[in-house]
Amino acid sequence: MKHSTFIWFFSPTALAMLLFIAFPIVSVLVQSVHAPHKAVLVEVETCTPLVGCTIETSIDQEATRAIREEKPIGRFIGLEIFSDRGHLAISEVSKIWSISENFNEFFTKLGNLPFYRAMAFTLTFTFIVTPLVVIVGFLIALNVNALHDRIKGVVVFFSLLPFVITPLIGALVLFWMIDSRGILGSAIQWIFADPNLSLKASTGLMWISLIVYGVWHAAPFAFVIFYAGLQTLPADQLEAAQIDGATRAQQVRYVVLPHLMPLVSFVALIQLMDNFRVFEPIVGFNASAHAQSLSWFIFNDLGGETRQLSSASATSVLTIIGVTILLLPVLRRTWRDFMEKAK
Amino acid sequence: MTIASKRRSLSLRIAIYIFAAIWLLVAAFPFVWTLWGSFKVELDFFSVANWTNALSGERTIAEYGQPFTDAGYEGAWIKEEFWRNVINTFIVCFFVVCTSLTIGTLGGYALSRSGYRYTLILLIAALIFRAMPPITLVSGYMLPFFEWNVWGILPTTIIVLVAINQPFTLWMLHSFFQNIPKELDESAKVDGCSQFKAFRLVIIPVMWPGVITTGLFSFLLAYNDFAITSMLLSEDNRTMVPQIAAFLGTTYTEGNVMFAVAAVVSAAAPLFILVMFFQRQIVSGLTAGAVKG
Repeated sequence: MKHSTFIWFFSPTALAMLLFIAFPIVSVLVQSVHAPHKAVLVEVETCTPLVGCTIETSIDQEATRAIREEKPIGRFIGLEIFSDRGHLAISEVSKIWSISENFNEFFTKLGNLPFYRAMAFTLTFTFIVTPLVVIVGFLIALNVNALHDRIKGVVVFFSLLPFVITPLIGALVLFWMIDSRGILGSAIQWIFADPNLSLKASTGLMWISLIVYGVWHAAPFAFVIFYAGLQTLPADQLEAAQIDGATRAQQVRYVVLPHLMPLVSFVALIQLMDNFRVFEPIVGFNASAHAQSLSWFIFNDLGGETRQLSSASATSVLTIIGVTILLLPVLRRTWRDFMEKAK
Repeated sequence: MTIASKRRSLSLRIAIYIFAAIWLLVAAFPFVWTLWGSFKVELDFFSVANWTNALSGERTIAEYGQPFTDAGYEGAWIKEEFWRNVINTFIVCFFVVCTSLTIGTLGGYALSRSGYRYTLILLIAALIFRAMPPITLVSGYMLPFFEWNVWGILPTTIIVLVAINQPFTLWMLHSFFQNIPKELDESAKVDGCSQFKAFRLVIIPVMWPGVITTGLFSFLLAYNDFAITSMLLSEDNRTMVPQIAAFLGTTYTEGNVMFAVAAVVSAAAPLFILVMFFQRQIVSGLTAGAVKG
């Protein structure tokens, strides 16, 4: 295809992505180093006889509005927001580092800083849910593949539901069940014989509930991918393994798994990206007292009465950096694969 | 696999069916339960006294004289005017799907037919854009949208959702068009067609399976979005999902949590119907990406 034709075909989508993905990223970067203008203060000296003169400072509303309108982005403050307590908290971290005697103490204290607490949850969630999704999805795929053909369709239908459902709605549906007055909540209380047990009250249990939601939501995705992969399993290899006397476990280990390996890395990649942005379940589970994620921070800064754009932008930049680090190995591989194909 | 299935022992077969039954329960029961509970009163759905109340509907009978009530739906749809949000959602979804497919098809087709290196750079850029959590972009939208006075209205949200949709749409349609033999449109070009005419006459008639599959996923993205719609829509223009989130803020205090339950069931119903009719396309769409990756 000629360059000019390519441009004609590609320009609408390129324009959309440029205007609403690339520019906003730049805009986020710029905003993260700016803060709203300070109010313009004027000092008025009022003198009354006998009492003397007092100087009062008041906000010059007109001048403040003028400067805000003239330059809505605010004033340049450099990396100040990044290093404040709500983000990287550099001075706090170095202080903690100097007074902590061992790593354990250091990390415990680090966990009290909001950004690092959110980071801890985001990473824990990402790196527990992702492998679990792969494993559970694989087990379901093996299982469904062994079912009778007639009921496979029904099973696939119901399996898709947790995946296509709106994340917020899925989270709410589970949350209402694990409520201490809900059916699962009561069941858990009955199992542990503790009528006051509430998943909402403890940080650890809340994290577990969120992880359970994450697996429940994404396992069907892994299942569908692996199930499709199983349909293309070379029958002769499996037969050869059976003739050689391989047990069922050995067949899975040496024939099925290697065949599905590319799909495993695909599922893991998508899951890493999606779990890193974990957000809706925290809203749905009303869990922000126990678990925050980077996305939730941004949401929290932007919502509400005072839109804290600078703070939200700084968190956004940090999130984007995090996503890029997660993606780097994959990008390098895609690039290398393509170059080899091109040769 | 036929040999293997013949050799399966009885105990293994039982284990397989038990596992499948457990999975079905895990996947489907929460929805069945919520659907059932949405026709009860709050004290039955969230029962302090005895969980079997949710089954028998003891309190619902006491209040309404029958074990089921549509009070939650009435509250959500009529009192809280949830139907407005439903209409908004379908407006947003319709325009997002149409726009995103139109420009995505052109772009994906161009990517699949051009052999230059920049196609790879564009695809990788799209992959990076796909990885960006949409909420990170929102703080970039706010200031310009306020300045231009376009914040809070449906068209802005539609355009933003289309753009966020593009990376995925491009990847999917790119891999789909690659499976359509190049010879088809090249022979049309040999016969004197321009590239666009070849696309129109030769490719458009055969592209519908891939376009429908991609459209389903665009629909799901627009329908399920919470981050963008909750941040970019004003209170009057809210779609269903941010409205449900807003219900939670107000209903927990008012004690009308059943409004939210009814709204959740209402919002989930279209997705069930979608899966019912398009199960095959969803499965093939999910796997199309994987086979390429």
